[in-house]
Amino acid sequence: MTINKMAEALSLRPLAVPEGERACSGVYIGDLLSWVMGRAQSGNVWITIMSNINIVAVASLTDVSCIVLAEGVVPEEDVVRTAEQKGINLFCAKEPAYELAVRLNGLGI
Amino acid sequence: MSETVRLYFDVDGEDFTSAGQASVQVKKSLRQLGIPPEIIRKVSIAMYEGEINMVIHAGGGKAEVLICEDCIEIHLWDSGPGIANIEQAMQEGFSTAPDAIRSLGFGAGMGLPNMKRYTDEMKIESEPGKGTDITMRVYL
Repeated sequence: MTINKMAEALSLRPLAVPEGERACSGVYIGDLLSWVMGRAQSGNVWITIMSNINIVAVASLTDVSCIVLAEGVVPEEDVVRTAEQKGINLFCAKEPAYELAVRLNGLGI
Repeated sequence: MSETVRLYFDVDGEDFTSAGQASVQVKKSLRQLGIPPEIIRKVSIAMYEGEINMVIHAGGGKAEVLICEDCIEIHLWDSGPGIANIEQAMQEGFSTAPDAIRSLGFGAGMGLPNMKRYTDEMKIESEPGKGTDITMRVYL
């Protein structure tokens, strides 16, 4: 499933979507960036509440398909701008990580 | 090991928010050279962890990446406080990072273990008070 279709199905709020037609597969949930670096897989939807600028570099280097900020977390404008520049898809959602993961599972991701 | 491309970086120890610039540049260069995606992922993750460590603990350092016919070699060195007990530092979860760094999502004691996990060879030389020198290789 593409990022655009997944985001529409979950009613995610798009912040930066430079690679909306990229496919997503699997989900990783985590806030400790080194854990994410070590465990997230290429193509994963990464759900986190961590919103500092370093999430963009972590997403880029692990090659996840997007970042979803859960629980209503909204990042600073420079994070959104950097995500756009670096080709990282970034969304936010009101739901907690568990609920998002359950819904992603329902989509077959 | 005949060398084909050499990349060199100064890792700025002052600006934590820009940490990762060297790794992202390496990733870009490897992609341009047509290196397989899984190798790029391994190299850039290992290098990013090293970069972050130099920023957190050593006030920055230097990084050199050699892209050779059969492997990619990452060499990181700094003049920081060094590692007193390397065996302990290699254990997942062991960390000496300050709380301010932990609040940013780093300092979970996964840096060195991730560097080992994502490379085929890793050598650490460190002397307390003098600095740390790390060489990692990922074979193609």
